[in-house]
Amino acid sequence: MKKILLILLLNIFLINKSFALIEVDITRGNLDPLPIAISPLHVDIKSNEYEGIKIKELGENISKIIEDNFRATGLFNPLKKDAFVQKPDIAHLKPRFEDWRLIKAQALVTGKLLVKDQKLKVEFRLWDLAAAKEMDAVAFTTTPSNWRRVAHIISDKIYERLTGEEGYFDTRIIYVAESGPKNQRVKKLAIMDQDGENTKYLTLGNELVLTPRFNPTNQMVTYMSYFRNMPRVYLLDIETGTQDVVGNFPGMTFAPRFSPDGKKIVMSFAKDGNSDIYTMDLDTRVVERITDHSSIDTSPSFSPDGKFIAFNSDRSGLQQIYVMRSDGSGVKRITFGKGIYGTPVWSPRGDLIAFTKMRKGRFYIGVMRVDGSGERLLTENYYQEAPSWSPNGRVLVFYRETKAGTKGEGFSAKLWSIDITGYNERRLKTETDASDPSWSSLLSK
Amino acid sequence: MMFNKNLKNVLLVIFATLILSACSTAKKSGNIDGDVYTGKETVEYLASGVPDRVFFATNKSSLTTAARATLRKQATYLRKNKNLNVTIEGHADERGTREYNLALGERRANAAKDYLMTYGISGKRLSVISYGKEKPVNPASTPLAWSQNRRSVTVKVN
Repeated sequence: MKKILLILLLNIFLINKSFALIEVDITRGNLDPLPIAISPLHVDIKSNEYEGIKIKELGENISKIIEDNFRATGLFNPLKKDAFVQKPDIAHLKPRFEDWRLIKAQALVTGKLLVKDQKLKVEFRLWDLAAAKEMDAVAFTTTPSNWRRVAHIISDKIYERLTGEEGYFDTRIIYVAESGPKNQRVKKLAIMDQDGENTKYLTLGNELVLTPRFNPTNQMVTYMSYFRNMPRVYLLDIETGTQDVVGNFPGMTFAPRFSPDGKKIVMSFAKDGNSDIYTMDLDTRVVERITDHSSIDTSPSFSPDGKFIAFNSDRSGLQQIYVMRSDGSGVKRITFGKGIYGTPVWSPRGDLIAFTKMRKGRFYIGVMRVDGSGERLLTENYYQEAPSWSPNGRVLVFYRETKAGTKGEGFSAKLWSIDITGYNERRLKTETDASDPSWSSLLSK
Repeated sequence: MMFNKNLKNVLLVIFATLILSACSTAKKSGNIDGDVYTGKETVEYLASGVPDRVFFATNKSSLTTAARATLRKQATYLRKNKNLNVTIEGHADERGTREYNLALGERRANAAKDYLMTYGISGKRLSVISYGKEKPVNPASTPLAWSQNRRSVTVKVN
């Protein structure tokens, strides 16, 4: 991915610093989504053919991806293209603002592209229609096969300009692809773009694999595998495909997650009926024991400053969430509500912890402040767990399973996402059944 | 009118009794005591009269009286077959988070292992593995299925 990034010469030629008149209210969710017109990118007629890419349709296809990204946020309402009043190339030069306002658009995206000398050149502009001016303009050059990423990068730029927050479209999700009957499930590691495209399978399904998680600083992954029937935590480089077992533990290691600097893995090690939390430094391979308690301590997650670890433990009887310093000192229980709490995951912004709550046979995904106060339950269902944050801390992805009939029929596992406001719950497109999602950081960062 | 009201009450009482008895028979016919499975539907045998598995209550890894009786039979069998090694698989039901269930399965398998060791079986002959909620024996989403899935299973290795 680094190589692709090198090729991708991000070249901002114009930054309009003028005060933006349109603003998207991101605190409330999708109550009043902003109407936005995303014009197809104009394809320069001087464009050459490029293997495997339909150049003529490329402008349409890129704008379609941007449109889908924006619709999925719940914050924007991309308008139907058949109402568009100007040709893409003309609008890109100078939109007739009053005409676009007539179709109730508040923001307009225009652009053009050229494929020449094995390169794709793209430029786009974001227009504030009420103020009748350009808000942002960006141009860059990349390899044509990167055209989907181009669409996601443009989406991120526009999202950032309109919301003031970092985008999350040029990202991927790693997950466990599931197939087969419920009592003979085949599980493979899979990775896809956040919009469900470009699915690749990273393992063959010969052994059980669980809980893949991205390194927040690069494209490494840690996960659990039953390779040779020895359940252990592994480290996988998804670029090269090389993988290593993490540490030399005489028993099951599981529930791995990276530290925020990507240099350590925190995980559980189970021995003689007791699970405790350990870290391993990936450079020095030094292993440290973090908890030492006769209860089950698992599902550890670092705070983004690396100073604390949240985890769940049944030391009080049933699963509850605890926070401690990253050296294991100062353990403090933070959940006292009615029910069982698990899978704490610290927000990349640092201010919230996402969790799974179980109560009276129902499962909830929720968020709370890091001291356990301000609990908000975002979604309730028959079975759902394992929240993972979008890199901007705005959206949670998790998996949900349905109730099975007496022979296991009707069972499914799917990925879902929800805004931290509790709005905009939606199912993610996956080729197969899916579980244990983990969201990558921005690829272009 | 009066008669009607009395009749209504009588019917209510009969109805309530029927519901209550239905509940208690459901529990018995489902072979669940508390929420521990007591039936034999999913049980296999290491040898004649030696069940291969024991069952646990929700979120628990303590051995019930029935579980201890089964494990004593396994210990006797293992003492007689000195060259036999076994793996004890620990499992959980689907109503918990995946990672906690992995730990819980490991705790259950070790509860069975520890008990076998108190009856003189060497720990070297007993390995454990947890599958958490990954390998249900009964795929249904019912309390009966969950009780059958909360188990440790002793499997011959050689």
